[in-house]
Amino acid sequence: MADKEVKLMKGNEVIAYAAIRYGCDGYFGYPITPQSEVMETLMELKPWETTGMVVLQAESEIASVNMLYGGAATGKRVMTSSSSPGVSLMSEGMSYLAGAELPCLIVNCQRGGPGLGTIQPSQGDYFQACKGGAHGDFHLIVLAPNSVQEMHDFVALAFDLAFKYRNPAMILADGAIGQMMEKVTLAPQRPRKTDAEIEAECKSWAIYGKPADRARNVVTSLELRSEEMEKINLRLQAKYRAMEENEVRYEAVECDDADYVIVAFGSSARICSATVELARAEGLKVGLLRPVTLYPFPKKPIAELAKRGVKGFLSAELNAGQMVEDVRLAVNGLVPVEHYGRQGGSLFTPDEVYRALKDKIINRG
Amino acid sequence: MKETLIIAGFGGQGVLSMGKILAYAGVMQDFEVTWMPSYGPEMRGGTANVTVILSDRRISSPIAYEFDTAIILNQQSMDKFEPLVKAGGTLIYDVNGITRHPERKDINVYSINATEECAKMGNARLFNTMILGGYLKVCPVVSMENIMSGLKKSLPERAWKMLPANEQAILHGAAIIEKKN
Repeated sequence: MADKEVKLMKGNEVIAYAAIRYGCDGYFGYPITPQSEVMETLMELKPWETTGMVVLQAESEIASVNMLYGGAATGKRVMTSSSSPGVSLMSEGMSYLAGAELPCLIVNCQRGGPGLGTIQPSQGDYFQACKGGAHGDFHLIVLAPNSVQEMHDFVALAFDLAFKYRNPAMILADGAIGQMMEKVTLAPQRPRKTDAEIEAECKSWAIYGKPADRARNVVTSLELRSEEMEKINLRLQAKYRAMEENEVRYEAVECDDADYVIVAFGSSARICSATVELARAEGLKVGLLRPVTLYPFPKKPIAELAKRGVKGFLSAELNAGQMVEDVRLAVNGLVPVEHYGRQGGSLFTPDEVYRALKDKIINRG
Repeated sequence: MKETLIIAGFGGQGVLSMGKILAYAGVMQDFEVTWMPSYGPEMRGGTANVTVILSDRRISSPIAYEFDTAIILNQQSMDKFEPLVKAGGTLIYDVNGITRHPERKDINVYSINATEECAKMGNARLFNTMILGGYLKVCPVVSMENIMSGLKKSLPERAWKMLPANEQAILHGAAIIEKKN
């Protein structure tokens, strides 16, 4: 087993392992349940002694996100993690990161809200993550892992996408995925980028020291001339359109012949995959469409299912109904779309979703 | 093979670590494994539970609504989880602190007096491994060899001196578990 490096680990712990092995340069964070194991694990692993990765406990989430801004501005691979109330504190910084087009990774291990709420799992931050979540027209790239393995894999994917588009990326997990233990196969250790590699990759924008052969780079989200600011906005929007064109990721489970489709992400999708098994055992053709990227959202595959003759969709979320709005936009009135959810830190069970699917979609009058 | 197990009791009884030993043993046995705790402020004193699923296939939901086996270590958990054991499934409970014994006739009920036996052995901290031994006697889902490796993996190195006592507790648990129906 040692050669394959299969480990049993919590989702939060594996974020730390994955970050080190990806060659992450810095982590800045502040503890909050249910994600504190991320920084705890980093502190245990002491990567500053091996890869040279910086791990720093900031004085607050606001400080963390601004350290992230500073680190990202130099072209380094930097990240933070928090849970819902802490992420709200970071939201101003996220707008600045998006405005200055700085690639970085933010992990949100969601808990029930609003306010301080509970410390149990929730998906109540979907709107915040996918619709900007702070001032100005911007998007984060949002990935929703549904297993401990994906918590591992999405660290690398998020950094790669963040650098490809020069845009902050978020892993939107929740307390269930963060606290759950599963088997995980760890990636091999990659070296951190050298200064020369960073210079080659980020020469046009990063501030790592100005060589004589180029003009200075300026990292800012401020532009007081409205004509210029509009151009920046148009450039950002063009980038978002490119993400929508090229980066949509989703998983379709038993959707090919499905009469009814459940749409769910993250831990909810795991629960709903058992709902599909229950329904199929009773001869009902039910499928599951799981958005892996929440932004960009898989509009097209959902629209195609609606056009192909799926009779109804149930959006199952651990909130009062957020992603259901995007499902409705994609379906565009062709067939019924309903929501089923639990809130405030409560989870649903596979049979509970099955009953909701029957009540709200299959047997509707 | 798929075993969906809930272990439920008070915080501090070693509920989560019992699940962890089993989960590690499951990994050694090449099973797919999920370990899903109820985490939070209920630790130490309040109710605590963990759902462990071992399967030879990919595990869909880590959240279960019915269980093959329930290990129940206090009355609140008995009230909550006795109805959720599948027909033909297994319920194992420690008699200490139980005021209403299990009533279902369609499941296999076993009791184990680990609280008292641990007191006799002079170490209350062997409680969870003794219960685990009883469980493995009636549901041998993983080999004893893998349980012993799982035990070692789940303990920090400074606690390895406790391994022999825990091994003894596991064997003792297997010897004292009783069928009740």
